[in-house]
Amino acid sequence: MSAGRFYASELRLVMLRRRNLLLLAVTAIFPLVIGIALRLAAPHPEGGNGNGVAFFNQLAGNGVFLTFIALSTLLILVLPVVVAVVAGDSVAGEAGYGTLRYLLAVPAGRTRLLAVKFAAIVVFGLAATVIVSAVSLATGAALFPVGPVTLLSGATVPLAEGLLRVLFVTLYVAAAMAALGAIGLAISTLTEHAIGAIAAIAILVVTSEVVDQVPQLAAIGPYLPTHWWLSFDAILRAPVDTSTLLKGLLSFGVYAVLFGSFAWARFTSADVTS
Amino acid sequence: MTAISTSGLTKRFRGGQLAVDHIDLAVPLGSVYGFLGPNGSGKTTTIRMLLGLAYPTSGSASLLGVPMPDGATRVLHRVGSLVEGPAFYPFLTGADNLARYDAADRTADPATARARITEALDRVGLVAAAKKRYRHYSLGMKQRLAIASGLLRPRELIILDEPTNGLDPQGTREVRALIRQIAADGTTVFVSSHLLAEVEQICTHVGVMRTGKLVFQGSLPELRRTGASRVTVQTADAKAAAKVLTGLGLADAQGSEAEASAILGDASPEKVCAELVQAGIGVRGFAVTSPSLEDLFVGLTGEGFDVSG
Repeated sequence: MSAGRFYASELRLVMLRRRNLLLLAVTAIFPLVIGIALRLAAPHPEGGNGNGVAFFNQLAGNGVFLTFIALSTLLILVLPVVVAVVAGDSVAGEAGYGTLRYLLAVPAGRTRLLAVKFAAIVVFGLAATVIVSAVSLATGAALFPVGPVTLLSGATVPLAEGLLRVLFVTLYVAAAMAALGAIGLAISTLTEHAIGAIAAIAILVVTSEVVDQVPQLAAIGPYLPTHWWLSFDAILRAPVDTSTLLKGLLSFGVYAVLFGSFAWARFTSADVTS
Repeated sequence: MTAISTSGLTKRFRGGQLAVDHIDLAVPLGSVYGFLGPNGSGKTTTIRMLLGLAYPTSGSASLLGVPMPDGATRVLHRVGSLVEGPAFYPFLTGADNLARYDAADRTADPATARARITEALDRVGLVAAAKKRYRHYSLGMKQRLAIASGLLRPRELIILDEPTNGLDPQGTREVRALIRQIAADGTTVFVSSHLLAEVEQICTHVGVMRTGKLVFQGSLPELRRTGASRVTVQTADAKAAAKVLTGLGLADAQGSEAEASAILGDASPEKVCAELVQAGIGVRGFAVTSPSLEDLFVGLTGEGFDVSG
């Protein structure tokens, strides 16, 4: 009951803060702009290789694919940065305002405070991802034909099943953002400067993505935090490529546990000097 | 049981600096305890350790009989605190800020939250500004909101770190009146200050810090007794008077132009005066003076603007 009250207070603080609402609004605008741009520019039927391009080719025939285009585009920087802002601000922001010492003197409990912070980051990441999917679906339906979905493996499934797969893709991406949230939370416990924590998380994401593109470093690729983010295309095959999906979810789980533990160890043992 | 007790409480910062050096605090229940010392003498670091915000390097502390920091979640809801100035969310209103801290308290009753918040705001005179964003508060209002957050529920102990910092004389008086009122309800008040004058009128006990050490602790009368009273004689023949004083066994007898003085010690002033007259000294004036608390305080902490530690 009382834990619920603290969590509700944290959610209100995160979800109703003007800055965060603005971030969600920006997130919502991207799929709209991408959809309109793609409607205006006729897709090239020959195309090249790669999933992104595969989605682009499918879009002309089915508006549902705008979801996958928008998610894979926004996953490069926009969604991670949106999550980084909230995660980086979570503890460092409280330290910066000085409210951290008062919350702990209340007493909120260090472990409890951290758990509430992480749960709010996860919900915010989920909200951002759901907004991208929802706006994409609406935009796609308005600008392109909608019907049975032809998967990447060539099979065609009814629209209802296609939408179910959209839901799973959304949840997969939200799980990726939750893992990033745990990394961000850990970084956030290291400083009282929220902006520094946010920048560090963003740099980490971009570095991971760049390293993942270097062929000579392919061996470490699967261990990078961003490596499995775009693997949601495994859901768009029949049968679903569960082995890839599970590896991705395992990666997210390991990162969340690892950095969650680090955040806990650091936060429960460090002096609060802000 | 004591409200606050520490034993050998010590904090050494990572740089090696000894901020708090083996202090043994004993704050009696029901007292108003003035925790005094110049800026940088270790008061705030001590308070941070008491509240479990910082971990001691060695030694132990307990609040209301519960060991800290291990018992933080068991005891801190019975303790209101203001640490190193007010801190709130600038984008929230005063009332919403209090609601935020109240929500973090797992033992607070949500059903009474609104009433308790209004009451706390009322006690510090902020009801009119309840719906104003904290960002637009003046310094004095911020300070008062911080005190209000300490009053969100009945407390057995209130810890106030420099509660009058940044307040004008009027605000300082209001805070003093508020502390009196809190103490009158039976709450133990532990108030830190670098100015004795600010707390002298409300304290029953004082602890004096200097460079991380507790150099005095006791009741105000006990502090007064540490000062030596002097007897001062105004006379045309100060040298001779000083001789008589020395002859009576008084220490530190001095004679200048028209005044002689010495430490009174256990001697009775009446007898000293009679002896002076009997020795033929023309006594124009005779007085026994005790050092002011301020003098004693400065004697304990050192004078000047040097930040200690």
